[in-house]
Amino acid sequence: MNRKKQFLRGMKAGIPISLGYFAVSIALGITAKRAGIGSLQAALTSLLINASAGEYAGFALIATGATYLEVLLMEAVANARYLLMSAALSQKLKRGVTTWQRLLLGFTVTDEIFGVSIAEPEPLDPFFTYGTFCVATAGWTSGTFVGAVLGEVLPLRLLSALGVGLYGMFISVFIPEARKNRVVATLVVVSFGASLACEYIPWVRDISDGVRIIALTVLISLAAAILFPISDREKEEQT
Amino acid sequence: MNVYIYIACMAGVTYLIRVLPLTLIRGEIKNKTLRSFLYYVPYVTLAVMTFPAILSATQTPISAAIALVIAILLAWFGRSLFQVAVLSCVSVFLLELFLK
Repeated sequence: MNRKKQFLRGMKAGIPISLGYFAVSIALGITAKRAGIGSLQAALTSLLINASAGEYAGFALIATGATYLEVLLMEAVANARYLLMSAALSQKLKRGVTTWQRLLLGFTVTDEIFGVSIAEPEPLDPFFTYGTFCVATAGWTSGTFVGAVLGEVLPLRLLSALGVGLYGMFISVFIPEARKNRVVATLVVVSFGASLACEYIPWVRDISDGVRIIALTVLISLAAAILFPISDREKEEQT
Repeated sequence: MNVYIYIACMAGVTYLIRVLPLTLIRGEIKNKTLRSFLYYVPYVTLAVMTFPAILSATQTPISAAIALVIAILLAWFGRSLFQVAVLSCVSVFLLELFLK
């Protein structure tokens, strides 16, 4: 399949992401406005960063007049999970992808765009991901802007419904794999349980979302890799 | 403090985190444990992010919980990503007409 076709397929996958992003980023725009950041500056932040938790944390720190170093460290912690996603993507790429393409692809790694890219058959064509990114970031950036300009006016019911779509997307990535692979199915149940437990265990529940996500991901995936290493033959059959 | 320097700090760090593994890991990783780890990472991380966070994404946890079950069933029976995402939105919208 040529690049143009892949790009168009990617754009189609980006439509539900874009709608979900639009709804979710409205709340982000409202946060930015409260932190004293202008509507256009908020939109620029979203265009450049495309990360909900990272942007929330950043805006919250800016509101308190934090130092640049504090903001740097906060972003590194809130977004550390992208290190793992980027490493996983590196194994899914087709051979001979140039450095320029890799530099571009790196910019597009978000939870949802990573999700649809991982759901693609191997090897991944970066143009698919670019298509998804273009449509998705339009929703994210414009939603942030709209939120900063007129956030409180929009009907809650509509935002509530659109917001859940992002989780629907996550679900449609891990469930089909869980159906094919019993280890993945077990891991999904373990992940749900562990993540829920972290909300209640004293001290652990005070850890930020970014740290919690990366800690659980590393612990659970590493345990699974040691207990149930996957052979190449197995992987071929499953994907 | 300048807002644009703040934005540049946030954007710079986030980009480095996203781009370093993709540019540094060029070939296929041979180590079996590491390969298995990277195979499991996407599913674990997406599952961890979904639950229980989905329960606070809507106006009432009940509508989200029902949408979660509907989405899992749709995905299990092979509906596409697009359909699962849109139908979970529709179910929350309809449920909240009755629940609120």
